[in-house]
Amino acid sequence: MPHSPLAEALRGGGWLGDTRAQMSFGPFLLLAVLEGTVMAAVLALTAVGLSLVFGVMRVVNVAHGELYMLGAVIAWFVTFYLPLPPAMGWLAALIIAPLLVAAIAALMDTLILKRLNYDPEATIVATIGLLYMLQQAALTFYGPDARPVVAPFQWRIQLPWFGYSGYKLFVVAAALAILLAVWLFMTRTKAGLVMRATQVDRETAQAFGINVDRVYAGTFALGGALAAAAAVLIVPIQQAHYLMGHDPLLLSFIVVIIGGLGSIRGTLVAALVIGLSDGIISMFFSPTLAKIIATLLVALVLVFRPQGLFGARA
Amino acid sequence: MLRVEGITAGYGPVTVLRDLSFQAQPGQVTCIMGRNGAGKSTLMRAIMGLVPVQSGQILLGDAALHTLPAHKVPLHGVAYVPQGRRLFGPLTVAENIDVGLLTRKKGLHRREFVLDLFPRLRERLDQVASTLSGGEQQMLAIARALCLEPQVLLLDEPSEGLQPSMISLIRETVLRLRETGLATLLVEQRVDTVLRIADKVAFMAHGRVEHVAERADLTADSTLFQQFVGV
Repeated sequence: MPHSPLAEALRGGGWLGDTRAQMSFGPFLLLAVLEGTVMAAVLALTAVGLSLVFGVMRVVNVAHGELYMLGAVIAWFVTFYLPLPPAMGWLAALIIAPLLVAAIAALMDTLILKRLNYDPEATIVATIGLLYMLQQAALTFYGPDARPVVAPFQWRIQLPWFGYSGYKLFVVAAALAILLAVWLFMTRTKAGLVMRATQVDRETAQAFGINVDRVYAGTFALGGALAAAAAVLIVPIQQAHYLMGHDPLLLSFIVVIIGGLGSIRGTLVAALVIGLSDGIISMFFSPTLAKIIATLLVALVLVFRPQGLFGARA
Repeated sequence: MLRVEGITAGYGPVTVLRDLSFQAQPGQVTCIMGRNGAGKSTLMRAIMGLVPVQSGQILLGDAALHTLPAHKVPLHGVAYVPQGRRLFGPLTVAENIDVGLLTRKKGLHRREFVLDLFPRLRERLDQVASTLSGGEQQMLAIARALCLEPQVLLLDEPSEGLQPSMISLIRETVLRLRETGLATLLVEQRVDTVLRIADKVAFMAHGRVEHVAERADLTADSTLFQQFVGV
């Protein structure tokens, strides 16, 4: 078995019994792939939100990670204060957190980004400011502690070599279902058509009666809601913390740049690649090496294919 | 009737249109001619609300178009085919038409109307717009605009870059639409096209309409063409 912090932890009996800790390369790889898939699913959800915002609005939302963090914090508040059984509380959080975060995002768009006329440079600076405002608001009203949210169910799948969390598999399925819903929304609904038309040509869209301001507010809200939904899914695994938005933001940018800015298809493919490689490299070597390789991959893409793997050349 | 009364408009500090006035009548084709930089496209964009009007007014019936946000102008019956067509390239032909129908409550009839007008588009409904030929793209741009069921159609150099057979088709289409009572405002550089389809020609220079002529008063060797277009 390879030497890594996680491998050591597994060996220590935290996850695996002594017998299973002796498992061979194959099952260990399977475990790494499962962990990577969970990460890829949540990352895809977060990054699709970022990609939509950039694709339609041409806004680089540096505060996207904080919308993710808000989703997790709101999930904690909902499950802690609503007198419901864990499963119902978590389900309520999955509905309430994305809606609240969407409302906050729409407000951010209307009060700040719209007033900057969506100027690309100015909106980057503005969203950096929003990042710190949201972070400090969370620190003030939620506090500095990482707090757990109870998973809606606790069952485990027993494989011949190790047991695996059923909830984690549910996270993958739920993320895929939400992504499918987003795809159907974008390709099969009038609102999705309006968003795609605005993405292609904002001015011509207006000449066909499309209220671009409303489309932008809706897109920013949808991007925030997707980040929040990803956070609610992951918070029973990771805990809610006011600084938890940094990693998802970095990885989302990596995914969106590799996939191609504004390309939903590219974002999904890149999320799978980055999620799986991060999961596998983290488990066999170290999480730091995984981040180094992901960043190197971004550098290579920027040098050899600046528009990303699936992005359109400017 | 579309009335443009003394408008001044431009981009930020740059004034392009200066105290410009003219009218477009229903059932008539009004051609706008002028050299590059005369302000022809800016006039179209100002009517659509895409360029802010600093003074003057643009009236269509009782509606003061210059006071409306850009997305409300098409709701009052003005449709625009921009220069270079500006289709939604990654969207299919059907989706481009659907964008044109967004403001129609019952769009099915209108959809059939534009597809009957351009049967070739019916054969390519699932094709991505950017993969169409230049002529087909222009057909789609006009079809998309006509989906709005407009009273006024603005066409900005629709024959630009097209082969002769396609130019003929566009001319015939404009003439057919004129018979339906549509007021057409056509920016055009080709003298032969103007002489065949225009009812009136407005000659622009330096952001103003300097002269309006009836087609009957114009011939190919008219000095007005030499003066304002340089041909």
